[in-house]
Amino acid sequence: MHIDIDEISKEFGATAALHPVSLSVPSGALVALLGPSGSGKTTLLRILGGLEFPNAGRVLFDGQDATNLTVQQRRAGFVFQSYALFRHMSVFDNIAYGLNARPRASRPPKAEIARRVANLLALIQLPDIGARYPSQLSGGQRQRVALARALAIEPRMLLLDEPFGALDAKVRKELRQGLRDIHDTTGLTTLFVTHDQDEAMELADLVVVMSMGRIEQIGKPADIRARPATPFVREFIAA
Amino acid sequence: MSDAAPALRHPVTTERPLTRWLLIGLVITVLSILLFAPLIAVFVEALRDGLGAAVASLGAPEARSAIRLTLTVAAISVPLNAAFGIAAAWLVAKYDFRGKTLLLTLIDIPFSVSPVVAGLCLVLTFGAHSALGGWLVAQGHPIVFAFPGIVLASMFVTFPFVARELIPVMVEQGRAEEEAALTLGASGWRVFRSVTLPNIRWALLYGVLLSNARAMGEFGAVAVVSGKIRGVTATMPITIEMLYNEYLSTAAFALAAVLTLLALVTLGLKTLLEIRHADALAAARRH
Ligand SMILES: Nc1ncnc2c1ncn2[C@@H]1O[C@H](COP(=O)(O)OP(=O)(O)O)[C@@H](O)[C@H]1O
Ligand SMILES: [Mg+2]
Repeated sequence: MHIDIDEISKEFGATAALHPVSLSVPSGALVALLGPSGSGKTTLLRILGGLEFPNAGRVLFDGQDATNLTVQQRRAGFVFQSYALFRHMSVFDNIAYGLNARPRASRPPKAEIARRVANLLALIQLPDIGARYPSQLSGGQRQRVALARALAIEPRMLLLDEPFGALDAKVRKELRQGLRDIHDTTGLTTLFVTHDQDEAMELADLVVVMSMGRIEQIGKPADIRARPATPFVREFIAA
Repeated sequence: MSDAAPALRHPVTTERPLTRWLLIGLVITVLSILLFAPLIAVFVEALRDGLGAAVASLGAPEARSAIRLTLTVAAISVPLNAAFGIAAAWLVAKYDFRGKTLLLTLIDIPFSVSPVVAGLCLVLTFGAHSALGGWLVAQGHPIVFAFPGIVLASMFVTFPFVARELIPVMVEQGRAEEEAALTLGASGWRVFRSVTLPNIRWALLYGVLLSNARAMGEFGAVAVVSGKIRGVTATMPITIEMLYNEYLSTAAFALAAVLTLLALVTLGLKTLLEIRHADALAAARRH
């Protein structure tokens, strides 16, 4: 799905989290929102997912105005920074949650849900952990379960907030490739937030560099490296 | 340090045996004097004239009415307070708004105001001499010296328990799981049922058990608003006091023993649940 962000601004009381920002994400792209802490990346992602509403501006999905769609209507697969797995549910029930929450008419039968969960567990390469609880998983496993849970709703896009933030270096590297693979298999338009420029440059088709609620530069990793648009970008990618 | 060697033999966190035994002895003595002795005394006094007399005294209309009233009041005020407590804790824990500190202070008022004063406030507000109370009496719905007043008084004194148990748990858990459920398409009500409630169930249970114990045992506030009408608005604690003042020892202590048993059942229930669900409890705390 093709996403347009049109002059979106967001204030929290006196803090301007986003000055008007505009961004166009082509269908199927893997996009990194890159910037230091407090630059507005999470806010932008939450506005796309419908968890936050902008003070001004519009969001368009495939050219249709989606600004006033509720979080449920957006059908965005969202992976939270801390994963936010349901601690009192098994991995199976976590992944099945979105399907079970559907209205009866569109809810798949039990056997079909079980089949889909099994497929998703296979996709994240953890076929045998359905019966476990989140507290029994490693950080990397939790992240992958969160991804599977988001994919289960057959989302229109995938939004990930610092998906590798809480993991050690080795696991990060593995999961980066995992995300790339899942993106390539599903073909979903995917935005992920990161403050790690290596991660953004290595993984993304398109990198959006943000600072203090503004977009500093949008471009392919190689272009941003070769031609940083502002002094901020030059310094940030050199760091 | 000059005597490093003994310090090594005695890790700092381990007391010397003498200290340890002194401490244990002190705790047991205090517990015995303050808790066990009175508890046993209640049952001894109740059974002084034999089990038959005690049971017979419980069959008296006055005692039966008191038991029924106390159980009914608890059955109404505890669920209502659980609902209010959940709502208040939800507001405080999940949202930022002006006047949050004020709300927290308000929730705590019943802890700091004497129950008798609370009872008097209810009488002033709803009594026949106030505008509101006069109107209610005229409509045939008196609050003071009647059942609704007792429920209000019980709710007032037990209001903080559920909210106070829930707030820290909800603050600690944050909003992320609920937001995740919303992004997965769940309605607000479904999120509450399937995510919020299960996550707070232990704290909620504690709060409910505490308010139940307090609701059944409350004396001061209820004494003021109930008017202590025998067989009508006299709850168990009030009836116990009246019987005791009339030197009807067996009857007083038999009823007191029933109240104590109800409290012990509550305590037993809590312990049982703790043992049964030790794993879930630990997991909920650990995560
Ligand atoms: N719920 C909120 N209430 C108040 N201020 C907020 C809230 N969320 C974000 N902000 C502020 O908005 C700015 C951008 O935050 P955020 O989008 O989380 O940045 P990032 O994800 O890039 O670290 C920060 O100054 C932050 O303090
Ligand atoms: Mg962030």
